Amino acid sequence: MLFEGLAHKLQETLRKLKGKGKLSEADVKQAMREVKLALLEADVNFKVVKDFINSVTERAVGQEVMMSLTPGQQVIKVVNEALTELMGKTKTDINISSKDLTVLMLVGLQGSGKTTTAGKLANYLKKQGHSPLLVAGDIYRPAAIKQLQIIGEKAEIPVFAMGDKNKPVNIIKRSLEFARSKGLNIVIIDTAGRLHINDELMEELKEIKLEVEPDEILLVVDAMTGQDAVNIAQTFNYQLSLDGVILTKLDGDTRGGAALSIKAVTNCPIKFIGVGEKLEDIEPFHPDRMASRILGM
Amino acid sequence: SLHPTINDDFLEELEEILIYCDIGVNATLQIIEKLKDRVKESGVKTPDEVVETLKTIIRELLETKYRGISKDYPLVIMVVGVNGVGKTTTIGKLAYKYKKEGKKVLLAAGDTFRAAAVDQLEIWSQRAGINMIKHSEGSDPAAVIYDAIYAAKARNVDVLICDTAGRLHNKKNLMEELKKIKRVIMREFPEASKETLLVIDATTGQNALAQARLFKDSVGIDGIALTKLDGTAKGGIIIAVALELDIPVKLVGIGENIDDLQEFSPEDFVNALF
Ligand SMILES: Nc1nc2c(ncn2[C@@H]2O[C@H](COP(=O)(O)OP(=O)(O)OP(=O)(O)O)[C@@H](O)[C@H]2O)c(=O)[nH]1
Ligand SMILES: Nc1nc2c(ncn2[C@@H]2O[C@H](COP(=O)(O)OP(=O)(O)OP(=O)(O)O)[C@@H](O)[C@H]2O)c(=O)[nH]1
Ligand SMILES: [K+]
Ligand SMILES: [Mg+2]
Ligand SMILES: [Mg+2]
Repeated sequence: MLFEGLAHKLQETLRKLKGKGKLSEADVKQAMREVKLALLEADVNFKVVKDFINSVTERAVGQEVMMSLTPGQQVIKVVNEALTELMGKTKTDINISSKDLTVLMLVGLQGSGKTTTAGKLANYLKKQGHSPLLVAGDIYRPAAIKQLQIIGEKAEIPVFAMGDKNKPVNIIKRSLEFARSKGLNIVIIDTAGRLHINDELMEELKEIKLEVEPDEILLVVDAMTGQDAVNIAQTFNYQLSLDGVILTKLDGDTRGGAALSIKAVTNCPIKFIGVGEKLEDIEPFHPDRMASRILGM
Repeated sequence: SLHPTINDDFLEELEEILIYCDIGVNATLQIIEKLKDRVKESGVKTPDEVVETLKTIIRELLETKYRGISKDYPLVIMVVGVNGVGKTTTIGKLAYKYKKEGKKVLLAAGDTFRAAAVDQLEIWSQRAGINMIKHSEGSDPAAVIYDAIYAAKARNVDVLICDTAGRLHNKKNLMEELKKIKRVIMREFPEASKETLLVIDATTGQNALAQARLFKDSVGIDGIALTKLDGTAKGGIIIAVALELDIPVKLVGIGENIDDLQEFSPEDFVNALF
């Protein structure tokens, strides 16, 4: 489960508070130090952790909590509220417009899972009754087009490709015409992996955004990402104004703190999570349930 | 006592720098403890000197663990790691490097699972001007490696490099499959020296430690190739890996081009941290 290790640590810490009749400020501070370590070990960005701990501590040592009959439980409540806030409250769907065509574009670092996720997402939307088209917008990575074509074949979803000699923006424009002519209603664009600091390749995405105006630009992030997640997400968001995030490889044993960091700094909702390599291994993300699960509530 | 500026705030600042490099809480605290001892012993005073001392500590840690890739041939290199870290790309670069050194190289397309993984490696083999052994998608990877070993023997190859499918270390059945591949290499090519390289993406956080631990437990790891160091992530988790598991970094990937592969330099690595 996502955040399992983190959940375990936090629950252990908070359980110690729960039983106590009276709490001292030192008790709370000690607990918060443990919470801080648990968050850092889960790869939550250290600045995000600092802000989180400061705001939780301030609330927790306040009169309302300390003077209550069950201060331990009140502290847990404060942590839970803060965590839920950090993760975003409710599930956010992809906006499929009722107009003729919805265009989704997946972007992200190399190897984060864009091509695989494009296939999964298409498959997911097809099952909901939509008619998606996959677009091979990665002209750089060796065999990226072939990879998408094989995935499309497995999912029985059409793939639009024009080889690797055309500019991605032109391929994408043509793919929209193609989708319209075939009566398809969703276009999912796979793009090449790129570093957020690669100006040339970021310009390429900006040009696509300008000329194609995708309905949603989704950042695909590896859930195992460490402290740099904040930097990466902020830069992509700054350049492209993201509509959401898809977190992949959550079938591993990562504590997945990057998810918290990204939400905190970009305020972009996490819309889906990837939980395996197969077509079906994608799930909508429910942040509210996640906060409760982390704290075992 | 320490210089007035080397107070808790300053040490906390250093701690944060290390945490920010993904070194992790435990390794960071260990290193900071060492730093305090070293500062006391050596009597360094200014913040700059303290930072230099910190760099030295980390560099020494990485240097003492450092070993290069075996130079005994024939050599079989098996490349393993979780999904998307850069295994196939690193193999392309490494093959090219050996080829430039005048070695006879053969590639084995041991990822028969991921869509177009074979085609991807094939493009790299063409770029490097090297032969490749492949089976069709979905076939048994151990059988590909078996064939590749016999081809390598027949053709007097110096270096055989085996690609494997990306797999998460917590998946038992996939790790068993990897053990089987390793057994084939050990059994069918006893006279060759062997090197199992774990590829770690420098962007990875604390999970890389679990990756290293579990890949080491199941197939044994001789070294790490740390990829994507051309990004902004520092790859500090390899320090925790060195501390806990004693696995040296041998190669670093610094881009997507064929010559974007370097030998690991503890000095350059440490300088990039600060
Ligand atoms: N275990 C697991 N593996 C995944 C998941 N999503 C993607 N992968 C794997 O991650 C690796 C990289 O996926 P790709 O879809 O090729 O990633 P990409 O972002 O398109 O890569 P580039 O195009 O090279 O930037 C592949 O081995 C995928 O099978 C997931 O949710 N879980
Ligand atoms: N910037 C950068 N990108 C890299 C580096 N090494 C690999 N990549 C990119 O990372 C992505 C994934 O690389 P692959 O070689 O396919 O990774 P893999 O581990 O073989 O992936 P799977 O076989 O799917 O598990 C590709 O887009 C590569 O071009 C590197 O050092 N720097
Ligand atoms: K990755
Ligand atoms: Mg791709
Ligand atoms: Mg590969």
